[in-house]
Amino acid sequence: MLKVENLSKQFTLHQQGGVQIPVIPRLSFSVTSGEAVAITGPSGRGKSSLLKLLFGSYIATSGSIKILHEAEWLELTNISPRHMMDVRNKTIGYVTQFLRVIPRVSTLTIVSEPLIYRGVEVSAALLRAQNLLDQLNIPQKLWHLSPMTFSGGEQQRVNIARGFAAHHPLLLLDEPTASLDDENRNRVMELIREAQKNGSAILAVFHNEDERHLVCERDIAL
Amino acid sequence: MNGLLTVDNITKNYGSRVGCHPASFELWPGEVLAIVGESGSGKTTLLKCISGQMDPTSGSVRYTKRDGEQILFQNLSEAERRFLMRTDWGFVHQDARDGLRMGVSAGANVGERLMAVGDRHYGHIRKSAADWLRQVEIDVERIDDSPWSFSGGMRQRLQIARNLVTAPRIIFMDEPTGGLDVSVQARLLDLMRGLVRNLGLAAVIVTHDLAVARLLSTRMMVMQAGSVIETGLTDQILEDPQAPYTQLLVSSVLQV
Repeated sequence: MLKVENLSKQFTLHQQGGVQIPVIPRLSFSVTSGEAVAITGPSGRGKSSLLKLLFGSYIATSGSIKILHEAEWLELTNISPRHMMDVRNKTIGYVTQFLRVIPRVSTLTIVSEPLIYRGVEVSAALLRAQNLLDQLNIPQKLWHLSPMTFSGGEQQRVNIARGFAAHHPLLLLDEPTASLDDENRNRVMELIREAQKNGSAILAVFHNEDERHLVCERDIAL
Repeated sequence: MNGLLTVDNITKNYGSRVGCHPASFELWPGEVLAIVGESGSGKTTLLKCISGQMDPTSGSVRYTKRDGEQILFQNLSEAERRFLMRTDWGFVHQDARDGLRMGVSAGANVGERLMAVGDRHYGHIRKSAADWLRQVEIDVERIDDSPWSFSGGMRQRLQIARNLVTAPRIIFMDEPTGGLDVSVQARLLDLMRGLVRNLGLAAVIVTHDLAVARLLSTRMMVMQAGSVIETGLTDQILEDPQAPYTQLLVSSVLQV
């Protein structure tokens, strides 16, 4: 599903005299479909940066990222923005703790959107969104409101629902359960296992060791 | 396959001063491209040169019509250009007064573009105008009022309705939310996002507001002193800017 070879990343801060900050040193690994892999390491070691590199939010300094996209291997480090959008639409999903939305857009719309972008019929997309919100304990009376006024935990769960809506073959999860209570955390773990059962590969950063052991079969240590 | 709009080495000189160095890009259906940079960096010049509002000094703009035929904008006659700009293309000016006919009613502002494409049925035109006023959340009772009696935010929404009534495929916008208060801005962003999603509209938006660009655009072009210095996915430009100027621009924003 994913092959990473000699991937490295360093930032050059031009506003600070061109100082170079190495983030990831030549890293190689691969992930197959249906596999759940944890990215581990002390804070500041580049766990989130690695996910951003794979999602195309960061530009790799050197090395290669290959992904199986619509039955074809694609090199992501030199892909055009338009093709990267297509990869994000169909292949790579990314879930962070932070929800970023346009004010006034309803929760249901936000969660169903990834499916609609992919051409799924509106009614089917809404149904999937409702199921996910239900599964994540978002009360029905909130579904038609914008999540901007929700609590932090609720926003995070809306974000998770959106991330899991479209069954991406590769899911990048950046501390998806941080700041959730036990029950909601368990719901998220269920979602992850469900996605995995459906064949998705999972690459996740967990801040909690127990959760990591609960879903991930192996680690990539940074 | 061709993009909807192919911009090739567009330049603009104002006398001996350079307004815009060669710029090239391609725009696809459903894509929103944000052109960002400080004022005076050439954003609006580039936008006007690719949208027929201004003649470029050199370079070309190709447009792929609904039937798939690609045409060179610079080869079109004046009448053909005007027709294209009234039908498949829309342009939303920063100052709504530049994009509206202030002397006629709100309904006529919207209906006028329909008449320009040959619609002659008064009842149909009025109904379409009312539909669009509703879509941009202007009270239909105001249909016969002059835009002079509208607030800045309402005028901007009326301008958008006027542009969208002919179901354009590309919309060009110059600081569409500039000077509007935040609640109106949010309403406009929501409206634009819905149109892009539901109609597959493509848009080129000039803005100096990186937060607007982040929420609305898929791709970004950064301009400085008349040159495009960086292009890429919006989140990539904002999270991992490469050029020194882009790093300064992004780090100067309070929060995006």
